[in-house]
Amino acid sequence: MDTLILGLPVAYYIAMVAKVLVAFVFVLLTVAYATYAERKIIGHMQVRLGPMRTGWHGLLQPIADGVKLFFKEEIIPDQASKFAFLLAPLVALIPAFISFAVIPFGGTIEVFGYKVPLQIAAYYDQAGAQVFDINVGVLYILAMASLGVYGVVLAGWSSNSKYSLLGGLRSAAQMISYELSAGLAIIAVFMLSGSLSLHQIVAAQADGAWYVFKQPIAFVIFFICSLAEINRTPFDLPEAETELVSGFITEYSSMKYAMFFMAEYANMVTVCAVTTTLFLGGWHGPAFLPGWFWFVAKVYFLIFVCMWIRATYPRYRYDQLMHLGWKVFLPITLLNIVGTGIWIAVTQF
Amino acid sequence: MIMPLLKGLQITFSHMFKKPVTLQYPTERPAIKPNFRGLHVLNVSHDRAKCVACYLCPTVCPAKCITVEAGEDAKHDKFAAKYEIDMLRCIFCGYCVEACPVDAIRMSETFELANYTRADFTFTKERLLEKK
Repeated sequence: MDTLILGLPVAYYIAMVAKVLVAFVFVLLTVAYATYAERKIIGHMQVRLGPMRTGWHGLLQPIADGVKLFFKEEIIPDQASKFAFLLAPLVALIPAFISFAVIPFGGTIEVFGYKVPLQIAAYYDQAGAQVFDINVGVLYILAMASLGVYGVVLAGWSSNSKYSLLGGLRSAAQMISYELSAGLAIIAVFMLSGSLSLHQIVAAQADGAWYVFKQPIAFVIFFICSLAEINRTPFDLPEAETELVSGFITEYSSMKYAMFFMAEYANMVTVCAVTTTLFLGGWHGPAFLPGWFWFVAKVYFLIFVCMWIRATYPRYRYDQLMHLGWKVFLPITLLNIVGTGIWIAVTQF
Repeated sequence: MIMPLLKGLQITFSHMFKKPVTLQYPTERPAIKPNFRGLHVLNVSHDRAKCVACYLCPTVCPAKCITVEAGEDAKHDKFAAKYEIDMLRCIFCGYCVEACPVDAIRMSETFELANYTRADFTFTKERLLEKK
């Protein structure tokens, strides 16, 4: 147990691998069954049944869909820019998954006397008895979120198709308008927590002092902007099927299409996890159930809200989208920051 | 501006608990109403079709899908030697049933009329006769 590799005990590496596997499998399964849940929930909201035939109440539908997509013919357009065309799905998918590295999905658990924080990029200092994680975790998440959009833009550009290009352009414009407001909404949270480390932001929200109560405006705006950033309804303009066939994924088929699909749902899981961490107290909850349970429950609740929104609202028009981003959310978030600053000044000095 | 959005969310949420209107078709069957107009049936009386080959049904038929040819039986009675309905032309209006003076034709609850060849859609007298 006392053998050190690069100054860290062996148990650290074992715990790290275990955490990566657990988080990755969790996100993958959630992504697979989010597609099923979405079809079921939207189905019932439209007084339909949703998938019913594949397995009991259609429970095997995600597996059937996966197998189907896997065996489909791979088509690369003749005039497409091959390298970028092949790269784009990866650029879209990978940032969606690696954002999970900094999200704390539980408290600290003890395995054989070795304390492990349930956060992938974190380390429990046994001597100092405290958790260290990336001190700019939120910055990392914002970076990954904007990186994912490059996949969409690249896909649109490299496909050499009008619809794809328009989808990609819309995505780029949408990202710029909404990331700004999302970032400014989070700033109000930093002002209260005084830290960019997600572990400390969650720790600051212990005992029900969730930031959703202190920053309701920031919460709502961050959640809406996140929906816009991951191209979900009512902001799914990049793939608006009524106007742009399928937008940036028009020319994609087989597994590359599946990767964009997975990226969309993985992004949704990530965004819901980030929102949970920043505003809903992360893994904190009544103590009779473990922390990871509360984290998963909150994330699933937010995923449900995403689907609920999708079942309710029609797509925004392009000018409405821009109006909402620049003329409504941006001023509100700026005012929110000023208001938070005044509040902190009044209460703390 | 915000209240209509919340109202929309409330409506979709309440719909989630409604009974779905979906009919799981091949396993669940629709409840067919008594006046449903499905596949035609030639009524049978005393082991023979009631049809007297009066030609009223092909006359009234707006789709011109009924072909009748009269014959004479051993008792010198007129009967339909040939009675065919082309189901690809039939519009299931039910005028033939209304026109029939001897109640020889009616419409059943059968609505699954898909077939593989065009010839299979020509329903001859044998196929139309009431099954007892």
